[in-house]
Amino acid sequence: MVQLAYLIPLFPLIGFLINGLGWRTVPKQAAGFLASLMMLISFGLSLGVFFEVKNATAAIAPIHLFDFIHAGKLVIPFAFKIDALSSLFLLIITGVGFLIHVYSTSYMHDDEGVVKYFAYLNLFVFSMLLLVMGANYLIMFIGWEGVGLCSYLLIGFWFKNRDYTNAAKKAFVMNRIGDLGFLIGMMLVLLNFGTLSYDSLFAETGGMVMSNGLATAIAICFFVGAMGKSAQLPLYTWLPDAMAGPTPVSALIHAATMVTAGIYMIARSSAIYNASEVALQFIAVIGLVTAILAASIAIKQYDIKKVLAYSTVSQLGFMFLAIGCGAYTTAVFHVMTHAFFKALLFLGSGSVIHAMGGEQDIRSMGGLGKKMPITKWTFLIGCIAIAGLPPFAGFFSKDEILAAAFAHNTVLYVLALGAALMTAFYMFRLYFLTFTGSFRGTHDQEHHLHESPIAMTFPLMVLAILAAVAGFFGMPEVFGEHHLLNEFLSPVVHNHGVHHMEHSTEYMLMGISVSLVAVMIFFAYSRTRKPDFAPNTGLAKVLEHKWYVDELYDAVIVRPLVQFSGFLDRIAERKGIDGAVNGVGRLVRWGADRMRLLQNGQVGAYLFTMVVGIVLLFVLGLFCFNF
Amino acid sequence: MPIQYYLFLSLALFCIGIMGALMRRNAIIIFMSIELMLNAVNLLLAAFSKMYNDSAAQIFVFFIMVVAAAEVAVGLAIIVMVYRKVHSVDVNILNRLKH
Amino acid sequence: MILVLLILIPLLVGAVSFFAKGGARNLSLLGALCTLALSAFVASNCGGARIESFSMNWMPALGAKFSLSADGMAAMLCLLTGIILPVVLVLDRQKEREASYYGLIMLSQAGLMGVFLASDALLFYFFWELALIPVYFLCSRWGGEKRIAVTFKFFVYTFLGSLMMLAALIYLSLQTSGVDAFSRDNIIAAGKALPAMQQNIVFVLLFLAFAIKMPIFPFHTWQPDAYEQAPTPVTIILSALMVKMGLYAVVRWLLPVVPQAVSYWSETVMILSIIGIVYASLIAMVQTNVKRLVAYSSIAHMGLMCAAAFAQSQTAMDGLMVQMFNHGINIAAMWVIVNLVENRYGTQDMRQMGGLATTAPVIAISLVIISFANIALPLTNGFVGEFMLFTGIFQGVSGYSAVFMAVTGLGIILGAVYTLSMVQKVAYGENNSGVASVSGLSAAELTSVIVLLAFIIVLGVYPQPLINLVTL
Repeated sequence: MVQLAYLIPLFPLIGFLINGLGWRTVPKQAAGFLASLMMLISFGLSLGVFFEVKNATAAIAPIHLFDFIHAGKLVIPFAFKIDALSSLFLLIITGVGFLIHVYSTSYMHDDEGVVKYFAYLNLFVFSMLLLVMGANYLIMFIGWEGVGLCSYLLIGFWFKNRDYTNAAKKAFVMNRIGDLGFLIGMMLVLLNFGTLSYDSLFAETGGMVMSNGLATAIAICFFVGAMGKSAQLPLYTWLPDAMAGPTPVSALIHAATMVTAGIYMIARSSAIYNASEVALQFIAVIGLVTAILAASIAIKQYDIKKVLAYSTVSQLGFMFLAIGCGAYTTAVFHVMTHAFFKALLFLGSGSVIHAMGGEQDIRSMGGLGKKMPITKWTFLIGCIAIAGLPPFAGFFSKDEILAAAFAHNTVLYVLALGAALMTAFYMFRLYFLTFTGSFRGTHDQEHHLHESPIAMTFPLMVLAILAAVAGFFGMPEVFGEHHLLNEFLSPVVHNHGVHHMEHSTEYMLMGISVSLVAVMIFFAYSRTRKPDFAPNTGLAKVLEHKWYVDELYDAVIVRPLVQFSGFLDRIAERKGIDGAVNGVGRLVRWGADRMRLLQNGQVGAYLFTMVVGIVLLFVLGLFCFNF
Repeated sequence: MPIQYYLFLSLALFCIGIMGALMRRNAIIIFMSIELMLNAVNLLLAAFSKMYNDSAAQIFVFFIMVVAAAEVAVGLAIIVMVYRKVHSVDVNILNRLKH
Repeated sequence: MILVLLILIPLLVGAVSFFAKGGARNLSLLGALCTLALSAFVASNCGGARIESFSMNWMPALGAKFSLSADGMAAMLCLLTGIILPVVLVLDRQKEREASYYGLIMLSQAGLMGVFLASDALLFYFFWELALIPVYFLCSRWGGEKRIAVTFKFFVYTFLGSLMMLAALIYLSLQTSGVDAFSRDNIIAAGKALPAMQQNIVFVLLFLAFAIKMPIFPFHTWQPDAYEQAPTPVTIILSALMVKMGLYAVVRWLLPVVPQAVSYWSETVMILSIIGIVYASLIAMVQTNVKRLVAYSSIAHMGLMCAAAFAQSQTAMDGLMVQMFNHGINIAAMWVIVNLVENRYGTQDMRQMGGLATTAPVIAISLVIISFANIALPLTNGFVGEFMLFTGIFQGVSGYSAVFMAVTGLGIILGAVYTLSMVQKVAYGENNSGVASVSGLSAAELTSVIVLLAFIIVLGVYPQPLINLVTL
């Protein structure tokens, strides 16, 4: 079964090829069905692979397909590595991916580019599978850039809108900045170890041959890659803009799978990170700051998708915080639970937007729960899960992160708790403003309100169940259970410096966070009972404008760069270099013009010059060369 | 006779030729001056030929005389043509090459 | 003998084409396809240690022989020439004075083939000029509005370089024993034996010649103008093939000839090249003319390749070989698309384009794929070469390799910026060009686009055949 794992990415690829090459001939309904079917097959295969890995006793050898690059000493095979980590990600990608494909068949059914859409979506899944299945960093990088490409294509899916294509471009370019870090990290690995394969590499670094400085350099470079892909400070601004894409895309790419690639990469490289305390500290700080910053922005957003986008950035920050504390499995656990509840929330918001006829502003919503009960209840489950109330999934994973932070440093814990409380607040603010109270939109919209069709509500219900129960895979030991996920991942991912706490401390932490979250939910409820959308002032205005980070980047980086380029183009290139080249030409022409005057046409003058020349030569020969 | 006599005569002829070519404006006189220079060289060659007992130089003399004759034919023809065109053989007004 | 045919067929076909009134295009196409088949055959016979060669007396008094040889690299470049030429021929139907147009194109192919195959320095110089002169006439007769001035500059500039090269080659040949004074082996032996000072002079002369041809910052200013003004098929010859002559010459006639001077100068050259990458990328960002944008993008790519050529590492050299082929394919494909777009909109100004994805989706899709190959997205051919180049530069002997690599990396980011801006302006958005309907592709255009796209994808997924051809 595991040896057939290459079939898992093959099926989405086939789907992409059929839909992509037949974008004019494949009927609209068939495209969605085909794409979903391919995902279902992949999901089935992934399940098989997952259970085989779970029951396997020894490590599974990589599946070698062919040599991608083989030039002299540089040998990079195109090979897949199936182990606990990748099989878990396979399940998340194909499982959530399948649900979102099903959802899309209904959500996108009247879009003219639906065949193209499913082609892109399948291509994305293919790339994402390459990313997690690759047996070396180069294959991961192929997937890494591939998902960036699909993200670009899908953000700019409605390409007639200039803002959307700008957002797509921004996403790709910011990812490229990160990719450069990844690339340099890869170069460092290749230069120092001569291989990019995980197997030979980590066999080597396991023996601690890696110096601290080198490990830090590689770790930071890889983390820069993760910053881009997983939208961490300072490269996070593309993710909120990426909401320009269709909502299922936001759910799949910009919430559940692609943006967690950074977590996967670092978990995969845990051996390198464990060798560098500095890099871990750095990651923890970046993660924490991102979590707080994004959560604070989410509080004041009015676009339903923007709230969720900043929430995603913030949750990713939590995951990096966990990594920074050395708790890689906790980060992976949160990736899993987050994939479920954030996909659920995005799909729920898609259902709302669908019902509202494209309206995304929560100021025009309200009271939708009456017309859309399934969406409402599933959305509520998602909110509870992300806010972290037991026994829903988010509670366990987030609590584990907070516990790791507490064990690491109390300041980290307090700040992280603050971010978690903001999360509870903005999510329930969103929930109450959208689903409770009275409707604030136009009469037409109200008339049009309806519950979404079964193809959309079915994924919502499945995800709601998963968001409710997924936490039990990672029951904390304090409840007397085995932490299934930790045990499962332990052969691959090596946690670093995780302290075991007293049970009483752990109970206390849980108690604090649960009670405070409950208070925040009540606070959100009281603030949204009589919604007041007066223009914001002071800090609220700064938050609404996202701390003016986009404006800052524009003023500090983008505009100076464009001006500098303009200067190079107009002055340095045309006047400077080309001017110098043309100047040489002009100089020659000017000189020739002067020389021409010697040719005055007077025979006497020629003769005179000639005689003078002869005499000069004669004298010169006589006195200088003595011949 | 010592060779110096020939040398000085030749030098004198050559200088007269040069001065004539440089100072005079009449094309025919310039032409004659050039012939004078050529003959100065011829004289020199003949003298050295006698001195070194080498007949190769005398062969050169004949070459030069032949070439000079040919040149005179062409040159005089050109001068005649120029005279027909501009009714003058003054070289200073013949500066149309410049344009 | 087959090597002689590679030169002779285009030469004869070109000569005949001058007198073939209506059939010049078909005749040239036939000749180009024959050459393609031959070069594919040569390529299949070469690679690794397998070499084809041919030699006969040419100018015995000077010690120059008509000797050709093809190893993997030369065969690869011949194959590239063979592939590109049919594309050039089918791209645009030239109606004005067509016989001499197609004749000149075929003559330039003969010159290119000769440059890549010659293993005699004088013969190399001969073909170097033979390739240049037809292109001069092509640009100056069929080019854009400012063609005369631009072509004059291009010609004088590159010719100046050629003369410096000739001087260096003659100087080197005088240092040999006199028997086969111009053969490559003897030139290399003579160059290696030179003292440092003389090596440096020879290096500067040769490098300037090749740097102008490639072109390398700051000798590049002829290039955007020439690319903009030349008819697009000729631009393809220039950018896909002729600039490769410069790189090829660096690898063949510079690096092995004066090794001491190369190690002395290599950091300087790498710095120039890398400045060129960033500089050209920045300028490309603010271009509004699509042809100038692609031209600057090409300068950036050439800078990367030149930096790798001087990195003095085996991986860089292997990557350079791979990337020379891939860049040829990519840039040719890019020009094909730019030409289609230009013909349909009747302008080169990107501000007047837009909405191609709605009106001509096939062209838009091709443009997107080629653009991503241009910025080296994995699973396109551009990535394989660039990855190897980066690895090679990073592993280079210079103490600043890491810095070089990092600055070069800026090119990756800026490349994404300008390429995606171009895609956005040309393909996306509303159709605001005033051109109501944009027609699709003709059969010939479609074929050439598909062939080039096939190369882009296949060599991106499975590059090993190409790597095997060009590496030892």
